[in-house]
Amino acid sequence: MRHWAALLRPGDWLVMAGGAALVGFTLPLLWQGGFAERAIIRQNGQVFAETDLLTHREFQVPGPLGTTLVAVEPGRARVVSDPGPRQYCVRQGWLARPGEIAICAPNRVSVQIAGRTKAYDSLSY
Amino acid sequence: MTASVTELSVTPEDRRVAWLATAAVALSLVDAAIPSPLPGVKPGLANIVTLVVLMRYGWGTAVWVSGLRVLAGSLLLGYFLAPGFFLSLTGTTLSLATLGLARHLPTRWFGPVSLSILAAFAHIGGQLLLARLWLIPHNGVFMLTPVFATAALVFGTINGLIAAKLLADTPAAEPAK
Repeated sequence: MRHWAALLRPGDWLVMAGGAALVGFTLPLLWQGGFAERAIIRQNGQVFAETDLLTHREFQVPGPLGTTLVAVEPGRARVVSDPGPRQYCVRQGWLARPGEIAICAPNRVSVQIAGRTKAYDSLSY
Repeated sequence: MTASVTELSVTPEDRRVAWLATAAVALSLVDAAIPSPLPGVKPGLANIVTLVVLMRYGWGTAVWVSGLRVLAGSLLLGYFLAPGFFLSLTGTTLSLATLGLARHLPTRWFGPVSLSILAAFAHIGGQLLLARLWLIPHNGVFMLTPVFATAALVFGTINGLIAAKLLADTPAAEPAK
C-alpha cells in the first residue's frame, strides 16, 4: 500500500477529496421524489382520506364489494385486507417510496404514497 | 496508361500512434468484456493509455490515440455510429479537452491521478449531458448521476494509479509499446 501511496502527489489527494465531495453533493438526486410524507387513500376516484405517515392509524374504506382495510405506520402504508378476488393490492405489501401505489380495482380503492414533489402526473397499467 | 502511385510516407510518429492506439483498442475490448451493473459504468481501462501518452508524448498524440481508439473500438465492437458511439465520442472529446487544460497544472502537486479523475468526471459529465439532450430527454437521467460520479471517482483513481505506476516504471526514453 505504501508503494501505491507514493504515486500520489499532494494535489491528487485534493482532487480525490473534491471528487468525493461532488459525489456527496449529487447523492440527494437518488431521492429526487423526496421522502414518503403522506398517504392518499382514494375510493372510486375521490379522495377518501389523506394522512401523514407519522403515527399508526387504520382506515376502513367502504366499496362496492365490502370494506378495504388500510394500515398506516410511520413512514409506510399498506392494504391489510380487501374483499377483491385476486388480492394484488394486499400482496403488494408495504409502500414506502413516493409515487408507490396499491390499487384494489374490484373494490375501487387505492392507496398512494406522496412525497414533497410529484414524481409523475399519472400512471397507466 | 500509367498507374499513379500514391506515396504514403510513414513517420516514426505515425507508427507510435498506431501502436499506442492498438493498445488502447485492446483495453477497450477488455473493458467491454467486463460485466457491468449499469450501462455506462465501466473501468475505462483504455484511458490508462491516454494518460501515459499525454504525459509522455503530449496532448496532440493523446488526441490521435483516443480518436483512433473510439473509431476502431466501435468498429470492432459493432456500435459504430450507434448511440453508444456518440456517447463515447462526446465523453472522450470532453475528457481530452479537460486533460488539455489540466496538464498545465503544476506537476509538482498534481500527478496522473488528478488528471485521471478530472478526465473521468468530464467523460461522464459529457455523456450524461448528451444522453439528456438527445437520447432520453427527461431529467430522470440525472437521478443516476451519483452512481456515475462514484464510478468516475473510483475508476478514475485506479486508472490514474496504474498510469502513474507505468510512467514511474518505464524510463522516458523508451516508448511505451
